[in-house]
This record gives sequence, C-alpha cells and structure tokens, in this order.
Amino acid sequence: MERGYRKKRSNRQIPEDEIITLENVTKSYSTGAPALNGVNLHIKRGEFVFIVGDSGSGKSTLIKLLLRELTPTEGEITVLGYNLKRIKHRKIPKFRRNLGIVFQDFRLLKDRNVYENVAFAQRIVQTPTREIKRNVPSILATVNLAGKYKSKINQLSGGEQQRVALARALVNKPTILLADEPTGNLDPNNSWEIMKLMEQINENGTTVIVVTHNREIVNAMKKRVITMKKGVIIEDEEEGMYIDED
Amino acid sequence: MRISSFFYTIGQGIKNLGRNKWYTLASIATIGACLFLFGIFYSIVTNFQNVVKTAEEGVSITVFFNEGVSEEQILAVKSELEKNRPEVREIEYVSADAAWEGFKEEYLGEYADGFTENPLADSANLQIYLKDVSMQPALVTYIESIDVVREVNRSEVTANTLSGLNKLIAYVSAGIIIILLLVSIFLISNTVTMGIAVRKDEINIMKYIGATDFFVRAPFVVEGILIGMIGSAIPLVIIYFVYTHAITYVGTKFTMLSSILNFLPVEVVYNKLLPISLAIGIGIGFLGSFTTVRKHLHV
Repeated sequence: MERGYRKKRSNRQIPEDEIITLENVTKSYSTGAPALNGVNLHIKRGEFVFIVGDSGSGKSTLIKLLLRELTPTEGEITVLGYNLKRIKHRKIPKFRRNLGIVFQDFRLLKDRNVYENVAFAQRIVQTPTREIKRNVPSILATVNLAGKYKSKINQLSGGEQQRVALARALVNKPTILLADEPTGNLDPNNSWEIMKLMEQINENGTTVIVVTHNREIVNAMKKRVITMKKGVIIEDEEEGMYIDED
Repeated sequence: MRISSFFYTIGQGIKNLGRNKWYTLASIATIGACLFLFGIFYSIVTNFQNVVKTAEEGVSITVFFNEGVSEEQILAVKSELEKNRPEVREIEYVSADAAWEGFKEEYLGEYADGFTENPLADSANLQIYLKDVSMQPALVTYIESIDVVREVNRSEVTANTLSGLNKLIAYVSAGIIIILLLVSIFLISNTVTMGIAVRKDEINIMKYIGATDFFVRAPFVVEGILIGMIGSAIPLVIIYFVYTHAITYVGTKFTMLSSILNFLPVEVVYNKLLPISLAIGIGIGFLGSFTTVRKHLHV
C-alpha cells in the first residue's frame, strides 16, 4: 500500500488522515425526491466542520448516515475505516463507540441524576466501575458541572442539560463528535458556552461536526462550513460563512 | 461480559421496576389477574376430575368360573391378568365361602341358618378394578376368551357414563385453559409492549452510544422475568389461602357434600399448579420483553 494512504475505494485512495469519506452518496426514501443526491464529502482527523442548510436540505439524513442509523441507497460511506454500507449489524456498536453524539433535545435519562447519565455511557461500553468513578467526575469538571453531579435532570437549565449530554458524549473519548443542532433549544449565552466547549474539545484532537441553523455562531467561529440544499452540497469552504440563500 | 456489568444489568432490571412504577403495577396486575383465573379454574377442574376418578375406581368387573375350576386355576388367571393387562389396577380373589358369607350378610340375615351347605359353591370369583374404565370392553372381551371363565359381570352403563364424563371434562377444561392462556398471553404481551414502547428513547440512546443488543435487552429481560415472577406468585399465594379455607368451610358446613366430594389437599393441586403458573408468568415476562425490545433494536 502506498505510504500515507489507507485503502483504495472506487477510483480514489483515501488519505491516511481522512476519517470520513462519502463517495457519490444518494439516500432515497420510498416517496419523494432523494434526501441526499450524489454527495461527496471528505473530512480529516481533527477538523471542526459546520453543516448548514435549510430544513429539508439533507443535514439530518447525513448525520443519520454517519451514525449508521440509515444506509445509503447508492454510493459508499467510510468512517474510521468502517464501510457503513457493508458493516455487519453486530459490529455497529463497536463502530459507534468511536462517536460521541449530541442532540438538540438532549435525550437524557430523566429518571437518573447527572452522574448516572454520564456513567451510563461508560457502563454500556463495559468500563470497569473503578475507572467510571475516576472518569465521570473528571468529564463533569470539563463541562463545568462538577458541583451538580447529584442533581436530577429536571432540576437543570437547558444549557446545563446540554452540557450533561456533551459530557456523556465525551466520556468514552470519541474520535468524532457529532452534534445535531446542539444549540437549537438554548439561549444565546448557553449556545456560546456549548460552542466554546466544543471548540476546546476540538483543540484536544477530537473531530467535531456540528449541524446547525445558528448563523451568528457559524459566522463568528470561522470554521469549515458545508452548505447543503435539496440533498446536495452547494458550498464547502474553509473559514466559511453561513450565507442566507434567500 | 464483565462481572460488574452482569451485576449492573441485574441491578438495572430491578431498578427499572421502581422507575416505571405504573407499568410495573399494570403488568403485575394483568399477569396476576390472568393467572388467578387460570389457577381457580385449574383447581376446580382438578377436583372434578378427582371425583370422577374416585367413582371410576369403585367400578369393577366380576369374573365367575366354570364348575369344578380349582382355586389354584383361578389364582393362576389372577396373576396372569395382573402381569399382562396394564389397564388392571387391582384384583381381589373372592372364595366361594367368602361369596356366601357376603350374600348371607347382605340378603338373608337370620334366615340363612337353614342352609347347611354352601349353595354358592361355584361362586368363587375375581373382582377386577381398572385404572381407566374406558378400557373395560377390551378387558371383558379378553377375559371371556379364557376357557375356564363362565361369565363376566360388568356395568356397561356406569363405565360408559364415567368414561364419557371424563372425556368431556378433559376436552372442556383443555379448551377453556387454552382460551384463558391465549387471552393472558395477549393481555400480558400488550402491557409489556406498551411499557417498553414508552422507553423507546432510552433504547435509542443506548444504541447510539454503542451498546450491544445483548446489553440493551438484558435489563428489560430481567425486568420482564421479575414482573412475571411476582405476577404469578401473588395469585398462587391468594389461591392457596382461598382454596384451603374453601375446602375447610365446605367440609364443616356441608357435611353431605363433603361425603360425596373428596377434595384434593392443596399440596396435591399445587404440585402442578405451582410450576405451571410460574412457567407461564416467567415465560411470558421473558418472551414479551425479549421480543418487544427486539423491535426497537434496529437503530
């Protein structure tokens, strides 16, 4: 194999530092136009990428494909060396342990406290209890929630809940952090706090992909911006801007 | 699986019972109600079958032998029947003297004094009791073919009635038990399905984080088994006390009835009812949770 390249897929060799590759990916549902239509995308290790676009542009479908919640109708998706079109069902959990996921609606377990919500992620990957007791307080300190580890979820503000979700996503030290509208339910102050945390996480080496509608944040952070419209990528720029298409 | 993960799974299954109180209560109540009905019906049917069986045990065939057949020959027939006919439960040899004594006692009383010899000298006979009265015709045909046999007395009407009644009880009870079980399975699996469906998000989160199907499913299955166990234990305890009190009450208040109906002790009824109820409760709890979680695993 040529030095600096991993594997040959279709007509292109994937560079060693490229951890997400989409080659001519189309995703069609039973009715209507395809949600994604011939998308090509390459993301390198350690990048911070915003994916922007209006509703129905295909952002959520893209995230679902990267999570292997959906499989592409056509084309190939390779994430961290896993071909997501061909991956066996029993190997999906192992693949997902490389990803951290944050949702707009937090998706926390409301019947458990902050500590239990974060520890839950470690239990699932069968981390020994001794390590869980060390890792969870440490990650809660990173997201500035060290003093609230006993609090119930419904006792927290939206921003705090999103920080718990972030801690849960990070506690297993993922290679990639996927965030689907992480500031969608937050006020501007909390939104900035979350984005600063994500930037800090990215500086520590984690690849961060954020799907968002928040124009102000995207334009201020000067990161790579991929703009989608009607299932295709219409713009992909380093230090890009979220331009109002209308 | 790590030991700590194993205990975590068990612990989560137990904690889930408290976390989803209403679902837990609804499931236990559904399983309990279904198995209570099942238990009551089973107890009644078992006792009814016992009454018929007791009646069957009293039905016998009387075999008389040709003139001059010796006691040794009759006893030889007796041991041959005991050895080769599996439907035979018990054979009693009644000598000619014993037959005469019995006759005198039953019909003649003090008028028997005039008899100096046994007028029933050729009445030595075998009283045969069967395990199953429906086998009576086949046995009678066989005995009639033995050359030393003169006559076989039997009550066909009694045998046929009891045999028919036995079959009727078997069919009706099997039918009702199957219907009860199907209704129970439907109700219980619906409750389990609803309980798990409301926790779809939790399953999704686990899957997104990278939990294996086994790890997602295990706490739900532990929870399902526990619900099944509690749901079957409660009606078993209730029926135990209800049954014990009911047979004591009938035995003391309705002495006439208790002389006809020989109630089975609760231990005898529970020999089968206990394992069947536990198996149904735990089985449905296990299968219900196992299959319902599977529907949500493809995330």
